[in-house]
Amino acid sequence: MKTRSLLALVMTGAVALTACGGGTTKDSAAQETGGATNAAKADPNAPLKEGLKITFLPKQVNNPYFTVAQKGAESAGTAVKGEVKATGPSDAAASSQVTYINTAAQQRQDALVISANDANAVAPALKTARSQGLKVVTFDSDAAPDARDVFINQATSDEIAAGQVKLISEAVGGSGEIAILSATPNATNQNAWIEVMKTELAKPEYSGLKLVETAYGNDDDQTSFQKTQGLLQAHPDLKGIISPTTVGVAAAARYLSSSEYKGKVQLTGLGTPNQMRKFVQDGTVKSFALWDPSKLGYLATYTAAALASGQITGAEGEKYQAGDLGEYTIGAKGEVVLGPPTVFTKDNIDQFDF
Amino acid sequence: MTATATAPSRRTAARRLTTRVGRVRELGIVVALALVVIPTAIVNPRFVQPQSLRDLALNASIVALLAVGQTLVVITRNVDLSVGSVLGLSAFLTAQHFADHPGTPLLAGIGFGVATGFACGLLNGLLVALGNVPSLVVTLGTLYVFRGVDYALAQGRQVNASNLPDALLDLGGSRVLGVPVLVLVTVAVIVVAAVYLRSYRSGRELYAIGSNPEAATLAGIPVARRTLTTFVLSGLIAGLAGALWVARYGTVDAAAGTGLELQVVAAVVVGGVAIFGGSGTVAGAALGALLLGTITSCLVVLQIPAFWQQAISGALLLSAITVDRLLALRLAKALRTTEGTSHA
Repeated sequence: MKTRSLLALVMTGAVALTACGGGTTKDSAAQETGGATNAAKADPNAPLKEGLKITFLPKQVNNPYFTVAQKGAESAGTAVKGEVKATGPSDAAASSQVTYINTAAQQRQDALVISANDANAVAPALKTARSQGLKVVTFDSDAAPDARDVFINQATSDEIAAGQVKLISEAVGGSGEIAILSATPNATNQNAWIEVMKTELAKPEYSGLKLVETAYGNDDDQTSFQKTQGLLQAHPDLKGIISPTTVGVAAAARYLSSSEYKGKVQLTGLGTPNQMRKFVQDGTVKSFALWDPSKLGYLATYTAAALASGQITGAEGEKYQAGDLGEYTIGAKGEVVLGPPTVFTKDNIDQFDF
Repeated sequence: MTATATAPSRRTAARRLTTRVGRVRELGIVVALALVVIPTAIVNPRFVQPQSLRDLALNASIVALLAVGQTLVVITRNVDLSVGSVLGLSAFLTAQHFADHPGTPLLAGIGFGVATGFACGLLNGLLVALGNVPSLVVTLGTLYVFRGVDYALAQGRQVNASNLPDALLDLGGSRVLGVPVLVLVTVAVIVVAAVYLRSYRSGRELYAIGSNPEAATLAGIPVARRTLTTFVLSGLIAGLAGALWVARYGTVDAAAGTGLELQVVAAVVVGGVAIFGGSGTVAGAALGALLLGTITSCLVVLQIPAFWQQAISGALLLSAITVDRLLALRLAKALRTTEGTSHA
C-alpha cells in the first residue's frame, strides 16, 4: 500500500513536471503591452559603451530555438564590444527564472536580455533589478510592461497569421477544406494567431477556403502525429494544414511524407529551415515561414546595449541603430518589431542554417 | 449412479472450457479494444482503412516495446521509471551519431542506441540488485540523471530529418506485406519475451521472485542476478525504442520521450500485469499500449473537443480496466466453484 501511494505521488509529480515543458513558439505571444515609464533623457548621439556586461536569459537552456537566439546575442555582444553571458533554467516553469534575475542584479550586470516564462512571475524580480540600475529587454515572450524597458517582438500577430493563411491559400490553389494543428489549447500566442487567421479567412479573397477544425498537438511529436492522422481521417476532403508551431509542423511533415497523403494534402506553418529542409526537398511542403531567432537575439542584445549606453530610454518614437540590422524605432508601449517573418521555399532554404 | 455421475462431469467440462477462455487475461483487453474500435468505425469508416490501421499499430509500437521491457521488471515486483529518459538519451545519441558520421551502417547505428540503453539498464540493475535500494527510488533518480546527461550532451542541439540517412528514415515508414517494419520489430520482441517468460526456467523464476521474494531466495533462485537481468533487458529495449523513435519522428532533441514512462506504466497496468509482481504477460502489456493509443486516436477521429480529450481518455481507461476487472472477478468465482476439480 505504501509503495502504491508513493508511486501515485511520483506519477502526479511527473505529470506536473511534464505539463510545463518548453516550446519554441508556445508562449511567445505578441502581447498587449503598456508603456515603460522612464524619466531619464535619451541621447541618441551617445556612443555605445564598451565592456558592457549583459546577461542573456532564455526560457530554458537546451531549447534549440533559444540556442540559435543565443548565437545572435553573442554576435551582437562582440559587435558592441561587450560581454554576453548566457545562463538559465533547464525547465520552462513560471518561476524558474527568478533566481537567475536576482543573480544578474547581484553581479552588477549592466543589462538583462530575457524571454519571460511567465509575464507576471518574473515581474517583481525584474522591478527590483531595474531599481538597481539594470536595463531589462524582453524578447520572444514579454514580461509585464512595467517590469521591463523594451520588448523585442519577433513579428506582430497580424503579420504572422495573415502570412500563414496566404501560404496555405497558395499551396491548395485557393479553395478547399483546411485545418489548424496548434500547440497547446491554452497557449496565448497560438490562440491570438488562430483568431487573426479566422478574421483573415472571412475576407472575400479567401472565400474558397473553409476552416474545418483546430487540433492541438501539445508540442509533442507523438501527439502531433496522432492529431494529424485524426484530422485526415475526420475530414476526407481536407486539402491543407497550417501548423504555426515548430514541433507540430515538423511532426505533421514527417507523418505526411511517410503516408499515402503525401502530395495530396498541403502543409505550411512556422518551422526552422533545418528542421523542414528534408520535407521541402522531397516535396511534402512547398513553403513555410519563421522569423530568424538569431536576428531576434541580436536585436535584443543590441537594444540592451543602446539602453545601457543611454542612446534610448524605451520611450515611444526613439530611433537607434542596431548594427547589421539597421535602424529601429521604438513603437507604442515600448515595443520594437523585428520585421515580417521570412518565407522559406525550395529556392531559398539552402541559404539558411538555423 | 452412472447417469448422475456423467451429468456433472459434462458440466465440469463445459465450465472448464469457459474458465480457460476466461483465463486468457488478454481477452478482456481485446473486448475493450473492440468496444472502442467498432463504434468509432461505424461513425467514421475511414478509421478501419489500411492507412489508419497501420497508423494505430505504429502509434502503439514504441510504447508497446517499452511496455514489454517494463513487464519483465514489474513481474519481479520492481518498476523502471527511467525508460522515458533512457529512450531520450538513446534517441539523441543515435541521431547525433548518424548525423556526425554519415555513412554509418543502419544496423551499427541502431546497435549504438541499443548499447546506450544497455549501459543505462546496467546502472539501474546494479543499484537495485547489488545496492539493495528500492527500484522506485533508483529509477526515479536515474530518470533525472539520464535526462540531465542528455541535456548536457545535446547542448540545445536538434538533429533534423535532413541530417539523417534515408535508410533510417525509410525504416520508419517502410512496410513488409503491408505491415510497417517498426510493428514487425515490436512483434518480434514481444514473441521472444513471451517465449522466455513462458518456457524458460529463468523466465518462470521472475514470477516466483515477484510472488514472494523471500520464498524465491529460500528456493535457491538467484534473485539479485535475475533482477539485474530484467533491468538490463528493460534498458536494452528502451535503447532500441530510442533508435526506432529517431526513424519514426525524424526530428530529435534532448526532450524526446519526456514523460513517456507514465504511458508505459499505464499500458502495463491496463494490460493486466499486477503492479505488485508475480503475474501478467508481455502480450497483455503490448495490447494495453495498443488500447491506450487507440483510445487517443478515436477521440481525435470522433472530433471530441480538445479540451475534453484528456478527461475522456482517462474515463475510457478506467472503464477499460473495469471491464477487465469484472472478467477477472467472474473467473475467480468460477475457479472457486470448481475447486476440488483438477486444474493444470
